[in-house]
Amino acid sequence: MIVVRKPGVLASVQDLGRHGHRQLGICPGGALDVLALTLANRLVGNADRAAGLELTMGGCELQFEADTRIALAGDDFGASLDGVPLWPCWSVPVAAGQTLRLAGANAGGTKKPGVRSWLAVAGGIDVPPVLDSRSTDLKAGFGGLQGRALRKGDRLPTGVAMLDAAQRERRPFGIRGPDWGPAEDDGAIALRVLPGPEFELFTLAAREQLWGERWRITPQSNRMGSRLEGAELRRKRSGDMLSSGVIPGTIQVPPSGQPIILMGDAQTTGGYPRIGVVIRADLWKLAQAPLNGRLRLVQVDQPQALAAWAGQQRYLAQVAQGLAAAGWPGAA
Amino acid sequence: MTTGRREVNDVPLPRLHLLGDAALLCDLPAPATLAQQQRIWALAEHAREWPGVGETLPGMNNLTLTFDPTAIDLDTLTARVLEAWPKLSAGAVEGRLVEIPVAYGGEHGPDLADVAAHTGFTPAEVVRRHTAAEYVVYLLGFLPGFSFMGGLPPELATPRRAEPRLAVPARSVGIGGEQTGIYPLVSPGGWQLIGRTPLEMFDPAAEPPTLLRPGDRVRFVAESVQT
Repeated sequence: MIVVRKPGVLASVQDLGRHGHRQLGICPGGALDVLALTLANRLVGNADRAAGLELTMGGCELQFEADTRIALAGDDFGASLDGVPLWPCWSVPVAAGQTLRLAGANAGGTKKPGVRSWLAVAGGIDVPPVLDSRSTDLKAGFGGLQGRALRKGDRLPTGVAMLDAAQRERRPFGIRGPDWGPAEDDGAIALRVLPGPEFELFTLAAREQLWGERWRITPQSNRMGSRLEGAELRRKRSGDMLSSGVIPGTIQVPPSGQPIILMGDAQTTGGYPRIGVVIRADLWKLAQAPLNGRLRLVQVDQPQALAAWAGQQRYLAQVAQGLAAAGWPGAA
Repeated sequence: MTTGRREVNDVPLPRLHLLGDAALLCDLPAPATLAQQQRIWALAEHAREWPGVGETLPGMNNLTLTFDPTAIDLDTLTARVLEAWPKLSAGAVEGRLVEIPVAYGGEHGPDLADVAAHTGFTPAEVVRRHTAAEYVVYLLGFLPGFSFMGGLPPELATPRRAEPRLAVPARSVGIGGEQTGIYPLVSPGGWQLIGRTPLEMFDPAAEPPTLLRPGDRVRFVAESVQT
């Protein structure tokens, strides 16, 4: 069992998401950064589909009641295990009674830029699957732990680990984290975007602003979507759109002209024009992009998007090979 | 990416557009009609069987397909959609008739009087007309099990409330503009609430998890009316 001493701003059980039910209005949800959760799971010998925790803005304390092994990916928020620093993308043994602490976003008077962390525990978080997923659907209130965010005092069951005792106690090791790509001069995070179905409905100026603006991620952002602030994106003419499918990464523009990039918990259909869609290979960067941070949207075409996806899959395959070569289970 | 031909044998072809790198939007020309929507359901049913296609999501007058680009490339998928579309029959998807009992008015339908005032009917007449019509589920979206239905008698159309409610009770039946529908879960909402059903619209433990599916026909049955 894992005891939640402090959940932080928002902690929830998430896995790779609940797929196959969009036509019933059920959103895929799941870890917003699937890449991070996958890496963390592999580092503790779990199958990729195992459930972990998505933690928001640090400020979290978790106590482990039994010996286990954990890995944290995404932002570390100065994470420590009984005072010993825990680095992201490291696999670390945990002794019964130890406590994992993530500092708050404003701890020590210095504002930390991060936003989310994903924690995997050997054996995975063992809540009952609902519609083939252990992810928490916070909006509809099902899945995860009783369909809700974690609270102080919650006790989380863990599944059967694939690690034997020797593997569980092995000294810490780490892997190279995912590649953020070349840094922008002004510290903005670049996301690659395909023009959306309604791209042409926008004025020429708006289409140029989409690529030229440094978009600020407002604090109104959440698991449903990242709300951006910047130039007002105007359409050539207003008018209602009929309900149409949206997927994570869809950049929709409500009448305010301020775009929203939809994330895992967004509704399945929307009625706002879709000016673009963030490519799958870059969704993890959005999940980790800090509030009040800047985004730059970069136009690509489908072959470039697929090449980026293939590159990410190659990286994951390398991780799996490396872990397998070291005699580590999982990564299936 | 827009397809060249606009129609085959007088059947308008969908306009195809990528929605990201692994989803294809099939958008039909206006106006949205029941016959065209029926072909969308039929295309969804067909496409689910195609290798490389993941999920199918009907919208209003459109269909989104997710696909695995390593299993089916965009050109092949595009060709399959355009080849299949003219051959689809509108009657291929047989919806069920679902009767939905409703307690109209009173605490269950706090806006029934407002709808009556707006439409010029008595509350009882609003209920009579609402229960006399047969509705069709065009798609599910917004929330799990939330159905977008066609078939509201035009004279019952009532604008949404000026101030949306922060928490509409689950299973509330409402009218929003020219649409009627049922809130499956407690959620914010601006529709005029005219009643409430005891039926669960969404139960994640049930198989299937939603009471309604695209293509179903719906009749509301008045269990009680408080005016």
